[in-house]
Amino acid sequence: MLNKNQLHAIDHAIETHLIAAGVDHVIYMDMGGNTIAKHDNGKTRLDSTAFAALAAGNFATVDAMAKLVGESEFSLLFHRGEKLSIHFSKVTNDTLLVSMFTREISLGMVRLKVGATIKEISRVLVGVAL
Amino acid sequence: MALINVKTREVQIKIVYYGPGRGGKTTNLEYINHTYRNQIKTEMVSLKTHDDRTLFFDFLPFDVGRIRGFDVTIQLYTVPGQVKYNATRRLVLRGVDGIVFVGDVQKELRKKNIESLNQLYENLETYNLDLFKIPLVMQYNKIDLRKSNIPILSSEVLQRDLNGLLRVPAFEASAVNGGNVIPTLKKIISITLASIQDQLL
Repeated sequence: MLNKNQLHAIDHAIETHLIAAGVDHVIYMDMGGNTIAKHDNGKTRLDSTAFAALAAGNFATVDAMAKLVGESEFSLLFHRGEKLSIHFSKVTNDTLLVSMFTREISLGMVRLKVGATIKEISRVLVGVAL
Repeated sequence: MALINVKTREVQIKIVYYGPGRGGKTTNLEYINHTYRNQIKTEMVSLKTHDDRTLFFDFLPFDVGRIRGFDVTIQLYTVPGQVKYNATRRLVLRGVDGIVFVGDVQKELRKKNIESLNQLYENLETYNLDLFKIPLVMQYNKIDLRKSNIPILSSEVLQRDLNGLLRVPAFEASAVNGGNVIPTLKKIISITLASIQDQLL
């Protein structure tokens, strides 16, 4: 279980790297579909509970598909929409970072910021069993 | 494993309805969704095949209020019952905290119930979980078929087949009419909460 300081550090990493860069919604979740942290820019609403359940299913399915084609994993997924796109990135074996963003921010920028966020979260998670 | 957030004081618990195909798992969730509509903030999510059978899972989050200062959300899932979807069933079981095994009382489905329970045991093993230790409730569904002269298994037979060794709480139910759906739900919630209460400081 994560303590308050660790959760605070995760919130801080998401806020400073992703939300500040213009990402609309960010969910840090476990692979069971539980939300560990969620943040948004306050402009749009999202049913994050249902979203996390579906995201966990989606990622698990693609993970199983990876194994069928001889890959150990597909560690990131990207779904592009007309207005909104979704970027999924594995943080640890048990956790996932999901970022939703509009056309106002580029995929390259999101990937860069996701990378920095994951680095910071990974530092927080050293020695933590999730 | 239940997710306990000490910062936001929230607990998320995952309960999975498991059992053979067309046994009534989705019907249980639909009845709960209908009955507790006011407490459920979101729409039930159902990933179905074209012929209306569960393809991946049904999902229904459900607030049960505050326990020891934590806001508790129960997340109800079903698995697809069709034999060919075992890989998907295993995926849905990831992080499970409590299970309702929905057996079908029809005589001709006796073997399928047992096979499904055996497969549940194996699937849990892949996550290092033990069917004998995880919170579990048995539900013997479709007892309403008794009135339609369809041959059904007696409670004694079902208990011997499915619950002889496990010895967990069991309910006869008629999910289509709501019979014993809520008692089943309340029982699995209470024993699952009891199993994690030491972690709620």
